[in-house]
Amino acid sequence: MVANIKYANKYNFAFIDEATKKEIRRKLLKAVAIPGYQVPYSSPEMPIARGWGTGGLHVTLAVIGRKDVFKIIDQGSDASVNACNLREFVQQMTNVQTTYDTAEATLIQTRHRITEEELTEDQIFVYQVPQPEPLRSVERYENRTRQMHGEADYAKMWVSLYESFVRDGDIMLGAGYPVKVNKRYIMAPSPIPKWDVPNLNQSKALHLFGAGREKRLYAVPPYTTVEPLEFEDVKFHTENFVGTECYKTGYKKAFLDELYFDDGSKHFIINDSNFLDKLEGKAEPKQHENKYINQLES
Amino acid sequence: MSRNADNWLLRVTNLTKIYGEPNENTIALTGPEFNSNICPETESIVACADISFDLYPGEVLGIVGESGSGKSTVVKLLYFDMEKTGGAAWLKPYADGNIEMLSESNQKKRFIRNNLMGMVYQNPRDGLNFNFTSGGNIAEKLIMAGNYHVGEIRERASDLLTKTEVPVLRMDDRPANFSGGMQQRVQISKAIANNPPLLFLDEVTTGLDVSVQAKVLDLIRELQQDLGIAMIVVSHDLSVIRMLTDRTIVMKNGRIVESGLTDQILQDPQHEYSRLLVSSLL
Repeated sequence: MVANIKYANKYNFAFIDEATKKEIRRKLLKAVAIPGYQVPYSSPEMPIARGWGTGGLHVTLAVIGRKDVFKIIDQGSDASVNACNLREFVQQMTNVQTTYDTAEATLIQTRHRITEEELTEDQIFVYQVPQPEPLRSVERYENRTRQMHGEADYAKMWVSLYESFVRDGDIMLGAGYPVKVNKRYIMAPSPIPKWDVPNLNQSKALHLFGAGREKRLYAVPPYTTVEPLEFEDVKFHTENFVGTECYKTGYKKAFLDELYFDDGSKHFIINDSNFLDKLEGKAEPKQHENKYINQLES
Repeated sequence: MSRNADNWLLRVTNLTKIYGEPNENTIALTGPEFNSNICPETESIVACADISFDLYPGEVLGIVGESGSGKSTVVKLLYFDMEKTGGAAWLKPYADGNIEMLSESNQKKRFIRNNLMGMVYQNPRDGLNFNFTSGGNIAEKLIMAGNYHVGEIRERASDLLTKTEVPVLRMDDRPANFSGGMQQRVQISKAIANNPPLLFLDEVTTGLDVSVQAKVLDLIRELQQDLGIAMIVVSHDLSVIRMLTDRTIVMKNGRIVESGLTDQILQDPQHEYSRLLVSSLL
């Protein structure tokens, strides 16, 4: 008798059926071919609600292979609820090896941070994106924003930056600072802090963005120019941690979280949990380099 | 400025805009002779048809006519707010007048709009973004023309607001909080921000009270004399036309019924409708 292997497993490898995976991969190829351009895709149903990381999960599950080593972080942490649940899900559906170690991973899914440790050519970095449209704050209608992208008509975006400077003396955009990719499309880098934005520029890794609720995919291929929007005289700058340091390691050149202890005292700690672990273990992880971070003293 | 066949700034030939689905008789069956712009066979509406004229550098051309005569349609077509049905237009500063501008891509049209033209609408809400400050509105036009220096943008904006007599102190306020006359002056500042050779004015003083009207007209006349901008002034108000323009086109039912020097038309109107118009002048 020929054994029935088709129904031996409850789920297909990586949960999504092969035809849909193929569709997502095809859209990803288009996204890579046109850096920063938002490609509509199917956004199939997942066992979690749309808007809770389905976009990132679609991308991860469409590109993951049996030999991949998977890492997932949420706001820099390997241990937060969103990261733990999705890691367990991906592991159960694929049986791939998972890790906390940034250097060891080949596929990293993230919510709202880029790892502090530098990415390599062998890595794919997947973002969960809540709002893929950088122009949404200045234009409500999707048909108009698409036309604006098509014709590179970005004056409204620039005026909103001008207005922000006039009102507050600085461009008051925190997470998700708009960037221009490959000198063409303006792109929302997902709500990563300004600290991480320069690390997208000429990055060695492939960056894939998935917005499940909004049904859009986009990408920054390796070695692509990514520039934050800035005026000739009003420049982009990263978050300022002057006079603070990580209370555990004394390290200053990383994105820091503010902590309040029970006695009311304020402390800072490195946000990237794996980077912190490595520093505490006296390892010397290789950090991203960019002109903003290079100005800081360690 | 000498006028000859070659130094035109804007050349328009047979500009036509029809709503609905016209047939081959539509244009022949509408117009002032029929006192209608609705085609009896197809019920399509001829907003304007066969509009041809040349505009010379520094000249001010008036378009006058009753409401519904198609005069606003003409400037909206030329400013790319609407798509033409037929006809052609050339602008000298764009590709030396060799490329028909109404058939260009949206991107090229936007370049022409931002660098070579300005528009002042009757309603400031059409020309200004009320969510931006007045400075921001002017900045938009400057940014679209490729200026990304905040210091320079603010300097230029304050120059323009001074020129149009808007207090510079209010540069960072929203036009929503301004009076109608002030909104109109901000709109004019925005329209002339990039020193365009051509400016469209669509019923700019309608809806303003008389003293403010006079001030706005004064401003436009001063700008015209200082900067030598060519203008197309659309108005149903003959006194505005008399005050601003050198040459006038009279429109009715989407057609030009008479054109000539403004003084001549006002003194000695030839067409029946022009006579009616002039005699209705208070």
